[in-house]
Amino acid sequence: MEQKLPRWIDIGLLPLINILAAFFVAGIIIAVIGENPFAALSVLVKGAFIYKGALGYTLFYATNFIFTGLAVAVAFHASLFNIGGEGQAMVGGLGLGLVALMLDPLLPPLLVVFIALPAAVVFGAFWGVIPGWLQAKRGSHIVITTIMFNFIAASLMVWLLAGMLMAPGQMSPETRSFADGVALAHFHTLLSYGGISVAKSPLNLSFVIALIACVAVWVLIWRTRLGYVIRATGQSEQAVIYAGHSPAKIIIITMAISGGLAGLMALNEILGVQQRVILNFTSGYGFTGIAVALMGRNHPIGILLASLLFGALYQGGAELDFEFQTITREMVLMIQGLIILFSGALAYMFNPLVTRVFSSFISASKGPE
Amino acid sequence: MTVTHKQAKGSDTVPFAISLRGVEKTFGAVCANHNIDLDICTGDIHGIIGENGAGKSTLVSILYGFYRADAGTIRVFGKERTLRSTADAIAAGIGMVHQHFMLVPTFTVLENIILGHEGTESLAKGFEAARVELAQLAARYGLDVDLDAVIEDFPVGLQQRVEILKALYRGANILILDEPTGVLTPQETDQLFDILRALKEQGVTILLITHKLREIMAITDHVSVMRGGEMVAHKRRSDTTPEELAEIMVGRPVRTDGIWHPPSPAQVVLRADNLGLNAEISADSSVLVSEISFALKAGEILGVAGVSGNGQSELLELLAGIRAPSSGSIQIGERHITAEMPSSPSEIKSLSIAHVPEDRHLTGLILSFSAAESMVLGYEEKIAGGMAGWLDREQLGEHCASLMRDFDVRPPDPSLKSSLFSGGNQQKIVLAREMSAAPSILLVGQATRGVDIGAIEFIHKQLIAMRDKGCAIILVSVELDEILTLSDRIMVMNNGSSMGIVERKEADARSIGLLMAGVR
Repeated sequence: MEQKLPRWIDIGLLPLINILAAFFVAGIIIAVIGENPFAALSVLVKGAFIYKGALGYTLFYATNFIFTGLAVAVAFHASLFNIGGEGQAMVGGLGLGLVALMLDPLLPPLLVVFIALPAAVVFGAFWGVIPGWLQAKRGSHIVITTIMFNFIAASLMVWLLAGMLMAPGQMSPETRSFADGVALAHFHTLLSYGGISVAKSPLNLSFVIALIACVAVWVLIWRTRLGYVIRATGQSEQAVIYAGHSPAKIIIITMAISGGLAGLMALNEILGVQQRVILNFTSGYGFTGIAVALMGRNHPIGILLASLLFGALYQGGAELDFEFQTITREMVLMIQGLIILFSGALAYMFNPLVTRVFSSFISASKGPE
Repeated sequence: MTVTHKQAKGSDTVPFAISLRGVEKTFGAVCANHNIDLDICTGDIHGIIGENGAGKSTLVSILYGFYRADAGTIRVFGKERTLRSTADAIAAGIGMVHQHFMLVPTFTVLENIILGHEGTESLAKGFEAARVELAQLAARYGLDVDLDAVIEDFPVGLQQRVEILKALYRGANILILDEPTGVLTPQETDQLFDILRALKEQGVTILLITHKLREIMAITDHVSVMRGGEMVAHKRRSDTTPEELAEIMVGRPVRTDGIWHPPSPAQVVLRADNLGLNAEISADSSVLVSEISFALKAGEILGVAGVSGNGQSELLELLAGIRAPSSGSIQIGERHITAEMPSSPSEIKSLSIAHVPEDRHLTGLILSFSAAESMVLGYEEKIAGGMAGWLDREQLGEHCASLMRDFDVRPPDPSLKSSLFSGGNQQKIVLAREMSAAPSILLVGQATRGVDIGAIEFIHKQLIAMRDKGCAIILVSVELDEILTLSDRIMVMNNGSSMGIVERKEADARSIGLLMAGVR
C-alpha cells in the first residue's frame, strides 16, 4: 500500500499530467508528419474556444458527453458496465420523436416539448432496464447484453426511419420535421433577447439540463438513500442482501436511471438541432461517454471537465482538419485515442512518480527530527 | 552460547540474524512503528506478539521490503541492508509466508515454486533442475509434498507447506510467518509446529508473527511484544507466562473469564421447530441443516458450537431471513416462518432481531465506505427516511461518532474508510450498529474472529450486558473457549443437526468436543 496522496493531486494534478503526456505524444506524431505541433495546438485551442461561435460548438458537443458520461458513471457505481449508452440514446430519441410527431398537430409546441422530454428519459430507461433485468434475474452479463441492444436499437432505427417513420417525398432515412417551435431554444437566440449578440451555434438549453443532471446525479449518488444502496450493491451484494435490500431490484433501478440519462442526449441533437429524428444522430457519443466517465472518475465534476475536454477536441479537431492539409479527421481521432489511453488505461502510470516527488517534498518540508 | 570458529569477520559472537535499530514508519498522521529495536538470534524461533493494529504487519512489511522505513537501520546477519523491494529481502536470505497464500490455484506445486525463478528459457530444463534441488530440500527439512499435485486440490495446511518450500527454494535462511495458524485446524497447526522445529534444527531462523499467546508459549525461544507501534518488551519464553504477556500486550490486566454470571431468563421469544435446509442446487441433494428444534428465552445466551462447516452458518442465515427454510418453522411472536411463508432480512429486522454476520468484510461492512456509512448499513431508513431519502452527512457523522464513543472504536474518526480499521475495531462498528438498534433478539456469528484480546474482553462484556438487559442472544462461534465463556446453554451442531443442548454447568471442553465430533 502506497502512501495516500492528497485529493487535489489525485483528482487534479494526475489527470492533468496524463493529458499533457497525451498531447506530448500527439505533438511528436504531428512533428513526424511534418507539421509544427505548436501551430497545430494553437489552431486546436483557437478552434475550440476563440474563433467565432467555437465555444458554443464546444459546449454543444460537451452536452452530449455529459449525458452519456453520467449514464455510464451511475451504472458504474453499482459495478455495472453499461456499454449501451449509444442504443439507449437512440431509443430515447425515438421516444422523443414519436411523441413530437404524434402531438405536434394537436398541442401547442411548448407543451409538446414538455411531454417529449420525459418521453426521451422513459424510452432510454426502458432500453436500459431490459439488459438490467436480464442481468439481475437471468445472470446474462450486462456488457454483452448492452452491446447487443446497441445493435438492436440501430437496426430498429433503420427499419423505422427507412420505413413507416420516413418522411414522404424524399430519399433520406429521417422523419418529417417537427412543427415550428417544437425545439429547445438556442443560446444565441436567448442572449439576443437580452441584447447580447453572440455568434450562432447549436448550443441550446440542453446544456442547462445537462448541468442540472450533473447536480442531480451527485445528489443521488452521495446524498440519498438510494444512492447509498446503489454504491453498496456495487461493492458487495452479500452486504446488500444482509441489509435487507434486493440487489436485483437495485440493478434494475440503476439501469433505468442510467438508460434515462443516455436518453436525454437525444434532446441536444434532436430538439436542439435537427427538429426531426435522423439516422445515426448519436454518432458514437454513447461510446465516447465510457471514456468520459473513465476519465472523470465517475464523478459529475470530473465528467463535466472531461466532457469539456472532449467537446473541445471535437470542435478544435474539426478546425485542425480544415486548416492543415496533412492533419485529417482521423488524426484528431488519434489524439482522442491517446487521451483515452493516457487518462484511462494508463491513468496510474505517473502515480508512483508523483507519490515519490510528493513524499520527498513532505519530508523535506518537515525537516530532520 | 556456543561460539563456532567459522564466524564472519572474525567477530567472537554469532551475529544476530536480524538486528533493527530505531526503525520508524509513519503513514500520514499515524505512527505505525516507532523507534523499534529488535534482535533475533540466529537459529531461534522468535515470536512477535501484539494486538491487531500494534504495528506487527508494518514491521514485517519493512523486513520483507514492501515498505521502506522512514528511519533506522536493518542488519541481516551483521550486514547493514537497505531493503527496497522484496527482491532485496530475498537476496538477503529473508523468506516470507503470508497470511493469505500467494499461490496460483491451477498450477502444480512445482510450477508454483519455480514461478519467478524459472532459470532458463526452456521450462523443461528449469523443471528438471528444480526437481533435483527440491528433492534435497524436502529430504533435509522433512517437507514431503507431491510436486505434481495441483494446488487447488490441497488443503490449506499443505498449501502452507508449499509456501514454506517456496521460500526455502529461494535460499531463505530467515523465515517470516505472518499469522500462520489463522486458517489451520488444530491438527494442521501441530504439523506446522513440527515443521518449524525441524527447520530450527537445520539452523533456519524463524520469525513468528501472531496474536495468539498459546502459540507463543508452545514454540518460541524468545518473544517480543508490540503495543501501539512500539516494542514494549523482549522476553525469554521460559521466563514468562501467558498472563504476563497478555498484560504487556494490552497494557493493563486482562480478564478473559469470570465475566459470566447467572442469567435470569424470561419468556420464550423464538422457537425453532424441526428446522431444515437443503442445498439450493437441485442436483446436490445434500442437507445443510436438519431437524433443529430449540426455544430461545429472553435474557439468555444460547451458544451454538461446532467445527466450522457443520451447518451453524446456515442456521444463522435461516434465522436472519437470508435463507428460507426447506422444512420446519421458526416462530417469532405471532409470525411463523416456513418454506411457504419465508421471511426476509428486512422483515426480521422489523421483528426486532439484529444480526452480527459471520463475515464482517463481505457482509457486515462495506469496506470502501466510510465508518459513518457502514454504521448505518441496513438501517439507512432510520437516518435517511422519507420518500426522497436524503442522506444527511452531518447527522450520519454525529450518529457514528456517538456510537464510536460508546463502543470505544479506535480511531474515533467517522470519515475513515471501513477497511482501514483493525479487525477488532471493525467488529466493534458492526456490534455498535446492531446493538444500538436495541433488538429483543441478537444473532451473533463469530463475535471475535480475528479480534485482539483487549477487544475480545470488551465485546464479551457487551454481550453479557445485552443479555442482562433482557435480550435473547444466539452466539455461533467456532471458538469453543468463547462458547464456554459466554453461553448459558450450548447447542452442539454436527453435520447439520443438533447433537443436543447442554446446560452450562454440565458443559466442559471435553464433553462439548466429543459432541462436536459427532460422538454422543
